[in-house]
Amino acid sequence: MSEAFLSIRDLKVHFPTTDGIVKATDGLSYDLEKGKTLGIVGESGSGKSVSSSAIMGLYRGTNAQVSGQIILEGSDLLTLTDSEMRDMRGKDVSMIFQDPLSAMHPYYTVGNQIAEAYKVHNDVSKKAARSRAIEMLDRVGIPQPDRRVDDYPHQFSGGMRQRAMIAMGLINDPKLLIADEPTTALDVTVQAQILDLLQDLQRDFEAAVIIITHDLGVVAEMADDVLVMYAGRAVEYGSNKEIFTQPQMPYTWGLLSSIPDVTGDTDVPLIPIPGNPPSLLNPPKGCAFHPRCPHRDKVPDGRCATELPELLAQGSVPTHLSRCHLTDPDRVYEQEVLPMIAPDRVGES
Amino acid sequence: MSETMSTAPAGGAPAAEPEDDAILQVRNLKMYFPVKSTGIIRRTIGHVQAVDGVSFRVPAGGSLGLVGESGCGKSTTGRMVTRLYEPTGGSIMFDGQDITKINARGLKPLRREIQMIFQDPYTSLNPRHTVGSIVGAPLRIHGVLPKDKVLGRVQELLEIVGLNPEHYNRYPHEFSGGQRQRIGIARALTLQPKLLVADEPVSALDVSIQAQVINLLRDLQKEFNIAFLFIAHDLAVVRHFCPEVAVMYLGKIVEVGDRETLYNHPNHPYTQALLSAVPDVSQATIGGRRERIRLEGDVPSPINPPSGCRFRTRCPIAKDICAAVEPPLLQIGPRHKVACHFPGEIGAHPTEPVTQRLLGVDAHGQPDPGASPVEIPSGPGYSDTWFDLRSNALGRS
Ligand SMILES: Nc1ncnc2c1ncn2[C@@H]1O[C@H](COP(=O)(O)OP(=O)(O)OP(=O)(O)O)[C@@H](O)[C@H]1O
Ligand SMILES: Nc1ncnc2c1ncn2[C@@H]1O[C@H](COP(=O)(O)OP(=O)(O)OP(=O)(O)O)[C@@H](O)[C@H]1O
Ligand code: SF4
Ligand SMILES: [Mg+2]
Ligand SMILES: [Mg+2]
Repeated sequence: MSEAFLSIRDLKVHFPTTDGIVKATDGLSYDLEKGKTLGIVGESGSGKSVSSSAIMGLYRGTNAQVSGQIILEGSDLLTLTDSEMRDMRGKDVSMIFQDPLSAMHPYYTVGNQIAEAYKVHNDVSKKAARSRAIEMLDRVGIPQPDRRVDDYPHQFSGGMRQRAMIAMGLINDPKLLIADEPTTALDVTVQAQILDLLQDLQRDFEAAVIIITHDLGVVAEMADDVLVMYAGRAVEYGSNKEIFTQPQMPYTWGLLSSIPDVTGDTDVPLIPIPGNPPSLLNPPKGCAFHPRCPHRDKVPDGRCATELPELLAQGSVPTHLSRCHLTDPDRVYEQEVLPMIAPDRVGES
Repeated sequence: MSETMSTAPAGGAPAAEPEDDAILQVRNLKMYFPVKSTGIIRRTIGHVQAVDGVSFRVPAGGSLGLVGESGCGKSTTGRMVTRLYEPTGGSIMFDGQDITKINARGLKPLRREIQMIFQDPYTSLNPRHTVGSIVGAPLRIHGVLPKDKVLGRVQELLEIVGLNPEHYNRYPHEFSGGQRQRIGIARALTLQPKLLVADEPVSALDVSIQAQVINLLRDLQKEFNIAFLFIAHDLAVVRHFCPEVAVMYLGKIVEVGDRETLYNHPNHPYTQALLSAVPDVSQATIGGRRERIRLEGDVPSPINPPSGCRFRTRCPIAKDICAAVEPPLLQIGPRHKVACHFPGEIGAHPTEPVTQRLLGVDAHGQPDPGASPVEIPSGPGYSDTWFDLRSNALGRS
C-alpha cells in the first residue's frame, strides 16, 4: 500500500459562540491515497463542510479554534505560514463549495472570477487568463462559453453556477480537490457529465478527490472509500463495497434505510431515523448517536450513554472501521436491518 | 384509418377539461429575459427564452413535480407562479383569480396564500437577522398572531422541521447547508399557504432528514390541504412526493404524466436519458458507474434555441422532421402527454413520425398540400380523448 497522500489526525474545529463552544469537528481522523476518491456522507450539520474548510485553511484569522494535524504529502498544513497556505490554496488544494452563489462575487463577471483564480497562481496576461476561463467553461459544459463568460452570476441558473464553480476549482489542475456537494444543483444528466469530468481529472493528474454529498447513489458510483460522519466525528470508514453491503453501525443503517427508491412503493412513508440531530453545544455523552439509536439496549450496562466507542475494526476486514459498542453488528444487520431495507437480499451473503 | 384521423372531431375544438379542482392553472406561460450588448450603450440584442409556453395545472391539495435539465426554466416558472416575476406572456389562474398582471396591492394577500421555498438556502436568508426573526417575519408582516404568541409559534415551527429551538437567536452563517434549508421551509410554512412552490426543498439535506421533511410535507399537505409545485433534481424524491410529474427541457414541457406512466413507460427520449442517469446505490456491489444513455453535444443556448424540437441537437433518434417542425405536446394516454415526433418506449420508437398527419406535413416536416392539419388541444389539463399510438388516430377514450 502506498503511503497516504493526505492524513487527517484528531482534527478539531471549535467555534466559540455566545451560547458556548460549538464542536463542529471533534476528533476526526482519516487517510486518503493519491488517485483515490473518498466519499464523505453523514448527518446534515455533522462537520463535513467545516472539516474540509479547515483543510483549505479557511479558518485562519477567525475566532475558530483548529487543532490536530492535516498532513499533505508529509507536511502539516496547520503549521504553514499564512502566505505558504495562500500559495497552496486554489493551486495544490482546491475546493468546490456547496453554495455557488455566495462563493461568487455578484459584481464581477463569472469569467473574470475564473480568470482571476488562474492569474493568482500563474504569471499570464489578462487575455491568456480569459481564454483559459472560456476553455474551462466549455469543459464543464456551459453553452456558448465565449459569450456567457461575460455574464454575471445571477444570470446563470443554479446548475450553471455550479459548473462555473467547478471550472474555477479545476483551473489549476489541483492535486487534491474537495468537492462539497458538487452536483446537488444539477440535473442527473449534467451530474453524470460532471462526475465523468472529475473521474477524467483524476485519471489524468492522479489527483486525490474528496466528494461530500448526500446522494448515496453518487457515492456508490464514484468513491473508492467512504467516510460516514455523525456529530463532528467519523462513525464508520471502509471501502465503498463494505459500507454499502456490510455496514456496521446503526447510524449508517439508518441512512441506508432512508433512501427513497426510484422504483419502490410510493404510498408508504419513508423511514427516517427517529429523533433530532444532536446539539453540538452539549453533545450527548457516550456515543453521540445513542439518544436516537434503536439498538442501544443490546449493549449491557448502558455503556452507550456513558462511554464513547472507539473507531475500530469490528469484523474480518482490518480497514473497515466503525464506532459502536455492539459486539455482533454483522448479525444484527443481517437479521434486523437488511429485512427492512432490502428484503430481497436477505440470506445472500 | 387515416380518414378517421384527419376528420376526427375530437381534435377540432379543445375538449372541455375538468378544471374545477385546480388551484393553479398555467397557460402558455412565457418569460423572456433581455440580453444586453456590452459597451457603453447597452442595447437589447436578444432574449433568453427561459420559459417558452408552458401549460400545466395543480389540483387543490395535490402535487405536481417539475424536473429537467439545469437551466431549463424551472425556477423561473416557480418565480412567475409566485409572481416574483411578471410573465412575458401567458396566464396564471390561482384559486379562480387571474393573477398574471395583478398589481402590488393585489399581491399582498396573494403572498400569504402562495409561498416559495427557495432553491438557494444561502442567499435567500438575510444574514443580519436571527433565525427567530426570519421565521417570525411573515407572522408579523401579516399580523396573524399577537406579538407575544410569535416566539412560541416560531419555536414550534423550528421543532417541526427538525431544528433545535435553542437555535432561535443564531444567525444564518452559523448553520450548515441543510439547516438553512430547513429554516427556509419553516418560514414558508408559517402562514399555512394554499400553494407552496418548493424549489429543491430537500436537496441540501441528508437522506434521513430528507425523509423526515418529506414525510412532514406530506402530513402538512393532508392536514391543511396545501398544493405543491415541487421542483427537484432528485427523481426518486419527486416520484415519492408527486402523483403527477412534468419534465422540462430548454423552456418547454416535453413530457407530463402520472408518475407510474412517466417513470415506468417514459416516451420522450429526454425523459429516458434522464431516468437512465439516476445514480444507483446498488452500484456499490458491482463497482464503477452505471450504464446510461449518454446525451451527445452541448446544452443549447436558450438565447438561440434550436429550430423545431429543442431537444433535437442531442436526441439519439432525431430525424429531418425534428429540425423542421416543433412537435406538439400530444396527449397519448389518459394522463400522459409527450412532445416528440417519434414517441415510444426505449427501443420501440416508431420509424415514421406519428405527428405528420396531425401537423399537415410529410415525413420530413415539409408542408403537405393534400393534408388537413388538426388543431391539437394545448390546455393545461387532460382531455378524455387522446391520440392512440397503436392505431395512429385521435379520438380514442
Ligand atoms: N461559523 C460558525 N459558527 C458557529 N457554528 C458553526 C459555524 N460554521 C458551522 N457551524 C456549525 O458547525 C456544524 C457543522 O457544520 P457543517 O457546515 O460542517 O455541516 P455539514 O456536515 O457540512 O452539513 P450539511 O450537510 O448540512 O452541509 C453545524 O452544526 C453548524 O451549525
Ligand atoms: N434574471 C435573469 N436574467 C437573465 N437570464 C436569466 C435570469 N434568470 C434566469 N435566467 C436564465 O434563464 C434560464 C432558466 O433559468 P432557471 O433558473 O429558471 O433554471 P432552472 O431550471 O431552475 O435550473 P437549475 O435546475 O439549474 O436551478 C437560464 O438560462 C438562466 O441563465
Ligand atoms: S421530436 Fe425529434 S428531436 Fe425531439 S425528441 Fe423526438 S425525436 Fe428527438
Ligand atoms: Mg455542508
Ligand atoms: Mg432552479
